[in-house]
Amino acid sequence: MANEKVKLHGFWVSPFANRVKWALKLKGIEYEYMEEDVWNKSNLLIQLNPVYKKVPVLVHNGKVILESFLILEYIDETWNQNPLLLPQDPSQRALTRFWAKFAEEKIFEAAFNALCSHGDEQKKAVQLTMEAMEKIEGELKGKQQFFGGESIGYLDIILGWISYMLPVFEEVGSVQILDPVKFPATIAWSNRFLNHPVIKDTLPPKEKMLVYFQERRHIISCANLGWIKF
Amino acid sequence: MDNESVITSILKPEHQIPIPKPLKMEEENKVTLHRTWYSPFAKRVELALKLKGIAFQYVEEDLQNKSPLLLNYNPVYKKVPVLVHNGKPLAESLCIIEYIDETWKNNSPPLLPEDPYKRAKVRFWTAFIHHQLHETSFAVMTTCGEAQEKAIKELSEKLQVLEEGMKEFFPDGSPKISNDSMGILEITICSLFGAFEIQEQVLGIKIIDPEKTPLIFSLLTAINQVPLVKESAPPFDKTVATLKAFRERNLSSIKS
Repeated sequence: MANEKVKLHGFWVSPFANRVKWALKLKGIEYEYMEEDVWNKSNLLIQLNPVYKKVPVLVHNGKVILESFLILEYIDETWNQNPLLLPQDPSQRALTRFWAKFAEEKIFEAAFNALCSHGDEQKKAVQLTMEAMEKIEGELKGKQQFFGGESIGYLDIILGWISYMLPVFEEVGSVQILDPVKFPATIAWSNRFLNHPVIKDTLPPKEKMLVYFQERRHIISCANLGWIKF
Repeated sequence: MDNESVITSILKPEHQIPIPKPLKMEEENKVTLHRTWYSPFAKRVELALKLKGIAFQYVEEDLQNKSPLLLNYNPVYKKVPVLVHNGKPLAESLCIIEYIDETWKNNSPPLLPEDPYKRAKVRFWTAFIHHQLHETSFAVMTTCGEAQEKAIKELSEKLQVLEEGMKEFFPDGSPKISNDSMGILEITICSLFGAFEIQEQVLGIKIIDPEKTPLIFSLLTAINQVPLVKESAPPFDKTVATLKAFRERNLSSIKS
């Protein structure tokens, strides 16, 4: 496997691309990283991902794999050495995939809305995010170190953005979501995740993220208020 | 009477929640599908079970009046389908189908390919149909006027994308589908557009145009001829009537 060519097309702040980086590092897979500018898409990116024109894109020996969830499964199936990202047992695998899907649909979207909105709309988005996070908090109770057990697994990787990006959303949106009274298990997991040797050196700089998301909030707010037409 | 019998006899049948017991011999390996007959998502699981030759029981749920059992089994989404196997409930149709494929991996057909790259491609297009086409199709079905026109245009564009995507899977342009070659992709497209003729009758518009999307048209036609799909299709008139009522309900709730 050592001579296989692996290339990851990503964007520095994309939480989806970061998932793939973590998976590759956890498995000890050597890869080449290609930074894409998602606001000025290259012809190559559009060629690799004509349907969605997004990152991440994994290219392995010329084969193109899209969508972070699918790339993680591809990595786990192709390089099936330890650590295994998904559990072995089919019912545990089904539950893992279920929670990943739930978190992506209910937590990430709502949190991003909380980042970009104001007033009542923002309050509603915060409420929805927290309601969804309660379910994840429930799943974490009684777990060892991580969702994956003693080591980081698929669900930790999917939810990893909560540890380093959600606090940025909170700061930029001036909201509190990660309430330590409501989410003690999530916060404890988050700290363990951030301190994991594979994770801690792969995070985008916080100051840079703050600037980036402040701009995103501003642009999206203006668009919603009708000041800018896209 | 023991305490359990006393409690369950006091509660009305619709409020009784089964108290978990250790599985008896006959309950092990028991497979139950909680569904509604008209849910396309439940249809997917039904087809997967039937294709694999897995014996199972149906529990028909009333989504207007959800049973405590359903709420117990799927507290997160409170929806069908739910598959219960060995006493363990699982929700979300695509997660369930992968579970079925992994658990009964010696039953053919395989619902996903062996090869990881092929699996990724099948999952990609299955997810595209599930996320992109279902939502837009729902909008076409439940709106009228300008909103519907917009949804129809969006659906048409997305179907073109799917048409392109399917060329890789069916390069000669004429798919030959049998019980043995149905997989998660065929199941998913069937669940959404298998009844396209009924949808077209109710809406009075073309949804799957053989001239615009000849491959998708051929694929659906081939899938609808598969014996298990044919015998699992609910009665035509019942489906037309239900779909009409569903559309009317949604249109009047927009107007009110």
